[in-house]
Amino acid sequence: MSAAKNININLKIWRQKNANSKGSMETYKLDNVSTASSFLEMLDQLNEQLINEKKEPVAFDHDCREGICGMCSLYINGRAHGPDTGITTCQLHMRMFKDGDTIYIEPWRSKAFPVIKDLVVDRSAFDRIQQAGGFVSVNTSGNTIDANSIPVPKVDADKAFEAAACIGCGACVATCKNGSAMLFVGAKVSQYALLPQGKVEATQRVLNMVRQMDEEGFGNCTNTGACEIECPKGISLENIARMNREYLKASLK
Amino acid sequence: MKLDSKIPAGPLKDKWTNHKNHLKLVAPNNRPKIDIIVVGTGLAGASAAASLGEMGYNVKAFCFQDSPRRAHSIAAQGGINAAKNYQNDGDSVYRLFYDTIKGGDYRAREANVHRLAEVSGNIIDQCVAQGVPFAREYGGMLDNRSFGGTQVQRTFYAAGQTGQQLLLGAYSALSRQIGLGRVQMYNRHEMLELVKVDGKARGIIARNLITGEIERHSAHAVVIASGGYGNVYFLSTNAMGSNVTAGWKIHKQGALFANPCYVQIHPTCIPVHGTNQSKLTLMSESLRNSGRIWVPKKKEDAEAIRAGKLKPTQIAEEDRDYYLERRYPAFGNLVPRDVASRAAKERCDAGYGIEANDTNEGVYLDFSTEIQTKGRQTAYAKGNHNPTAEEITALGKQWLEEKYGNLFTMYQKITDENPYETPMKIYPAVHYTMGGVWVDYNLQSTIPGCFVAGEANFSDHGANRLGASALMQGLADGYFVLPYTISNYLADEIRTGKISTESPEFVEAESRVKDSISKFLNNNGTKSVDYFHKKLGNIMWNKVGMGRNEKGLTEAVAEIAQLKEDFYKDVYVPGSADELNPELEKALRVADFIELGQLMAMDALQRKESCGGHFREEYQDAEGETLRDDENFKFVGAWEYKGDDISKEELHKEELKYEEIKIAARNYK
Ligand SMILES: Cc1cc2nc3c(=O)[nH]c(=O)nc-3n(C[C@H](O)[C@H](O)[C@H](O)COP(=O)(O)OP(=O)(O)OC[C@H]3O[C@@H](n4cnc5c(N)ncnc54)[C@H](O)[C@@H]3O)c2cc1C
Ligand code: SF4
Ligand code: FES
Repeated sequence: MSAAKNININLKIWRQKNANSKGSMETYKLDNVSTASSFLEMLDQLNEQLINEKKEPVAFDHDCREGICGMCSLYINGRAHGPDTGITTCQLHMRMFKDGDTIYIEPWRSKAFPVIKDLVVDRSAFDRIQQAGGFVSVNTSGNTIDANSIPVPKVDADKAFEAAACIGCGACVATCKNGSAMLFVGAKVSQYALLPQGKVEATQRVLNMVRQMDEEGFGNCTNTGACEIECPKGISLENIARMNREYLKASLK
Repeated sequence: MKLDSKIPAGPLKDKWTNHKNHLKLVAPNNRPKIDIIVVGTGLAGASAAASLGEMGYNVKAFCFQDSPRRAHSIAAQGGINAAKNYQNDGDSVYRLFYDTIKGGDYRAREANVHRLAEVSGNIIDQCVAQGVPFAREYGGMLDNRSFGGTQVQRTFYAAGQTGQQLLLGAYSALSRQIGLGRVQMYNRHEMLELVKVDGKARGIIARNLITGEIERHSAHAVVIASGGYGNVYFLSTNAMGSNVTAGWKIHKQGALFANPCYVQIHPTCIPVHGTNQSKLTLMSESLRNSGRIWVPKKKEDAEAIRAGKLKPTQIAEEDRDYYLERRYPAFGNLVPRDVASRAAKERCDAGYGIEANDTNEGVYLDFSTEIQTKGRQTAYAKGNHNPTAEEITALGKQWLEEKYGNLFTMYQKITDENPYETPMKIYPAVHYTMGGVWVDYNLQSTIPGCFVAGEANFSDHGANRLGASALMQGLADGYFVLPYTISNYLADEIRTGKISTESPEFVEAESRVKDSISKFLNNNGTKSVDYFHKKLGNIMWNKVGMGRNEKGLTEAVAEIAQLKEDFYKDVYVPGSADELNPELEKALRVADFIELGQLMAMDALQRKESCGGHFREEYQDAEGETLRDDENFKFVGAWEYKGDDISKEELHKEELKYEEIKIAARNYK
């Protein structure tokens, strides 16, 4: 391991009391940050400092801290999940920064993701899209057929898995100039479209999910591809193309 | 209080079937008259809420995250067991049952474990039907791998993201029910109190984490599926928000808390790097299928490695101590977690640790042998029978990447080292809690109408949990057990009618919650919540950790009691009650962790034997293996709350009876 050292940094952080109040960028100085710390551990350290000064700590979302729950967000130095590709904010480490750096931290900015407080936004629109059709309508009765009686070619299974790996973090939306959710929805539609289990309802699914996506106020996709670049799970644009094909097929039926 | 486990009579293999045939039912037309609350939407809660919604009950589900899809179950990497015998290597329901009982060091309930093994196959069928993309072989059939403590391949997986895919499956089933209006979902809501009316669970008090509003919710039954309490140790592999509040609150209302001292310390985590560290990261146990664990044979080599003067790749094969293969030839690197963890501690305590942290704690997990083996095999499979060394290495690395790519990337992001080139550094860390709320065979706690599922209950794992069995238990409880057993309870509730939230019981519970919140906010102390949480974690890890002894445990009990006093005196919680306030959320959780921590130490103190994850240093054999005392300790230790002073809690014993399995010393040699 490159030996850890301590650095001093300046932080510019978006502070906003709640959804209805106006926010602003505030400046903080933080010393002795270990380069082995994760970005969120750096924020913990800042919060500890603020609490000791009897100031209000910065609210930010996080849970698993290992890149899988999709809860952490943060727009760091103008990039969703910060200056590294293929990772979430919790996986970003301070060794990516230099002594004396100024780091800008903002919440996801998108109409469909209103700010709740400071860096925390409301991503429940994603849940509602999923509720509109992101499932296979099978009873939870335990009376289904034996798993191996539905063979799935390995290539399809792998592709479905790659699409299913989306963690619903919203970086794709946050980074898109149109605030489009096509990568997220495309991933979900693709997962099921690729599997025999999901085929039966494919038509309804894509129509319902796309309708809900539009109702939630997400923008349109203009194929700029920023989403794919910032997606921590490498969800490919191919999924958007597949969703468009599915949608077209469904609309023609 | 008398503990009645309600284990059905009859031969073990028929118990569940017979029981199901005799449980009472609620007719479909009556189900909409009944409300059920489910706290938690991990694998256990989401599958329960979805199933109960599907059956036609009115379900309200709660989670503290912004979406049910983010519950801590999402982080499980390795896989889920099921006795399908797809690999034709002799697996069966009996073997899964047997491995689990033995793995749990004969401290689990036979009947529960047998039921788990019985429904395991069904879980896979259910998940595949829901579109969970498990790994497949080229022929389209499901692929399997093996995990610690077993000699068959029964683990189903989806790359290194099995928990994610299973949870997304359960979440999709839940989403469908939400879309249909049968389940009402309360995101960013935390349950802070249980409401009992006439002795029965009748609702909860929850805090809306965005507005701070305290809400009353009533129901005919309450299911707690709130996960494990590993975060008592501060550092653990658990998600940051994982906590014991729901389980602890019902404990205070009369639910017994069983075997709190049984904590699983997972052998393959990334070692601690520094004092600002907030959590530990697991490297899936499945890596032990391909990696060999070692430390240097010579102390000088270990010292030189720690000083950065020597690289592990420079240590010759004969100077490496593959201590698991040496000590446990039959299972080698695949011994169960508690055995592997203790063996690592033993080597590091003896001075052979390779990590340059404060405690020198770390051992190697090395993939170089596997790279060569798999590289050669792949070359042969491609028809290349004379591969060059470079070709072999390249193919071997490619094989590893396909199998474990995401884990290797994760490791590299955290440590800045490339595990394809140099062995991973690993060390044990707190991972899973086998203890939890005591439940009977129906998963009902000692409070009528209050059921507990998944990691939050104690029932299926004993003193240790084998890999890939927690996911199995969560889904078994939610999809296949609770729907039957809850209905049995609710059959007597169809005439109850709507339950009012205006009763004195609700008013009183609500004011308890509001009081504790305002106490924290007006406390005007000087130290952060994390300050106390870290202190607690230190006591727990040092004295109630991988090795425990009478002296340390006695000290821990006293120190935690003192910590509790200091906490209430000096904690400072900023912000207000009517807004998103993460520090307040933490304060309420840490308050419960402190009390539970004390109980864990008390439980460990009374259990004068070593078993599974509970290693009492006074009780070991000449070779340093655990020494169980079946004569005196073949029981579930269930604690009853007796008021603020935790040291007053009363221990109840549920005797464990083994009818099917002959108890033996656990031997993996
Ligand atoms: C890193 C890691 C890897 C693992 N790998 C494996 C593996 O490969 N195989 C395996 O079998 N097991 C594995 N496990 C264990 C397994 O993941 C867990 O035991 C299991 O997922 C627990 O599921 P659960 O549903 O009981 O709880 P959780 O998934 O923890 O869910 C708890 C739920 O309760 C909610 N909650 C908690 N308290 C409250 C409250 N007061 N109010 C409202 N909501 C509340 C949370 O919001 C959440 O929805 C792993 C665990 C970890 C940490
Ligand atoms: S597609 Fe990628 S960026 Fe978008 S929500 Fe999924 S994981 Fe996040
Ligand atoms: S905190 Fe879970 S993905 Fe970052």
